[in-house]
Amino acid sequence: MAASEHTTPSGTNPTADRSSVLDVAGTTTGTDDGPPHRDTRPRSWLGGRIGSVEILAALLVLIVVLRGPLADLLAMPALATWTTVFVSVMMQAVPFLVFGVLLSALIAVFVPRSFWARALPKHPVLAVPVASAAGVVLPGCECGAVPIAGSLIRRGVTPAAALAFLLAAPAINPIVLTATAVAFPNNPEMVLARAVASLLVAMLMGWLWLRLGRADWIRLPRRPDLDGLPRGEAFWSAVRHDVVHAGGFLVVGAMAAATINVVVPARWLQTLADQPVLSILALAGLAVLLSICSEADAFVAASLSQFSLTARLAFLVVGPMVDLKLVAMQAGIFGRRFAARFAPATFTVAVAVAVVTGMVLL
Amino acid sequence: MAQACVLIFFAGAVLRASITDLYLRYVKEELRPFLIAAGLLLIAAAVMTLWYELRSYLPDPGNPTESDDPAVEEHGHAHHEPRVAWLLILPALGLLLVAPPALGSYAAGQTGTALTSEQSYDYPPLPAGDPVTTTVFDYAVRALFDKGESLGDRRVQLTGFITPGPDGQPILARMIMSCCAADGRPVKLGMAGNAPTGLGDDTWVQVTGRYTDRITRDPVNDEDIPYIEVEYWRQVTAPRDPYE
Repeated sequence: MAASEHTTPSGTNPTADRSSVLDVAGTTTGTDDGPPHRDTRPRSWLGGRIGSVEILAALLVLIVVLRGPLADLLAMPALATWTTVFVSVMMQAVPFLVFGVLLSALIAVFVPRSFWARALPKHPVLAVPVASAAGVVLPGCECGAVPIAGSLIRRGVTPAAALAFLLAAPAINPIVLTATAVAFPNNPEMVLARAVASLLVAMLMGWLWLRLGRADWIRLPRRPDLDGLPRGEAFWSAVRHDVVHAGGFLVVGAMAAATINVVVPARWLQTLADQPVLSILALAGLAVLLSICSEADAFVAASLSQFSLTARLAFLVVGPMVDLKLVAMQAGIFGRRFAARFAPATFTVAVAVAVVTGMVLL
Repeated sequence: MAQACVLIFFAGAVLRASITDLYLRYVKEELRPFLIAAGLLLIAAAVMTLWYELRSYLPDPGNPTESDDPAVEEHGHAHHEPRVAWLLILPALGLLLVAPPALGSYAAGQTGTALTSEQSYDYPPLPAGDPVTTTVFDYAVRALFDKGESLGDRRVQLTGFITPGPDGQPILARMIMSCCAADGRPVKLGMAGNAPTGLGDDTWVQVTGRYTDRITRDPVNDEDIPYIEVEYWRQVTAPRDPYE
């Protein structure tokens, strides 16, 4: 669908590749069209009269009108607590999200694409660890890493290296590790364990791909060439684009976290937390379901204090590599056949590595 | 353009919360400068988006958007965003319209008391003053794990909110947090002696009293809850930072 968008006559590009990717992943776009008077693109529905700005305005008016009943509803203790937890997860994550996106936009705009291809060793087996290490210095949410990995493959980087980069970039970068250190003030070893385990998983998955992966599993969507924006515009566009994407998924994660916080009785988590094997699987599964941005997940892990550090390490290692929003994005950019194999394999390797690392370091 | 509006709305809500004391209900005080900076950056991103978008409508022959810059990454104008971005309205609405309260009695009842014997605490000598103003956390730690030794016969003054205890009697509680309210945990403290009566849940009180060795058990996580022998109490307004 949107993967075949065209550039407008005015010279600006109505579609960034990331959104095209998401469209393929099944995220429909319909109301999110540009302003109503922009008629350079064919409209499929609503005759172009009602745009997203109008819907936004109507929604806000409606909410202001309904403010009284809404406030009454949210005064119920459980709902009030849900709202408090939801808002506070967002507040806590926003600075990390914004600075992560800012740095990633700086690098994305000011580091030329060809740089990565030149910087990597020719031999794929050696390119995997180098790409993983490159992921360490490139800060960014997982939402940013997926399209970058896609464009690396387009640029001729061996898929194994691009995939290692995809896994390493969101899991171990300065911002994520700083957030982890802040979230675990009494357990600095957690930062080391997270870095080591995530790096290991990224490299193992890269090598596993070299051994078992098949090129025809990856099917990149066709897209128009979108180069040609001046740097300033490209930079701000990247920032805004990443913030609304990652921020939107973060909202989903914060709502899930708030729901689990309020709905799941502490006693139930307590019973689960006491079982060493089950607790690790439970938190790894929780990481997949919550789909929290890697820049914020350490804080959620810290709040799951009834679980062992190893279980929480599994949460932190799995989360940035396999979660619902990532699988959707991977299915979009690399194809479904790829995602159906890559995500379960990564999950298994990540849990295994987290357990071993936890036994050694924690 | 709608994206930019959503961003401004969201950033405005974050900025408003961090300029007033509202943010203290949700996150630590240390986060404030970062919240303000992040809010300003988001607004800048939204304004720049609007600026580029408006400019692209102007029939300008020398429009720099026509220029070719090979080093530019493949970020275009992205009008075709996924719907998930719209969700950013929700936290903004939560902050602007609802402004949910800090965690209180309900959360305290759901969660077990934060003091567990696994952790280690230290007990520096109490500062001067009679009564000594201290925190619920500090008193509870000294009462439980120092058996009141460092408290001695000193009078202490604590501020917390009322919440139902394990036996239905009101107890004093204060939430502590490491990062944000998602990891908020209550410190619970039973009240003996001249305990406050007739107060609703979530009422803030300041109690003054002395150490007692009485303890009870929190059924939520089977940890001990210490008591304080209350001499007198008074109702107070909620503190600026509701967490300890």
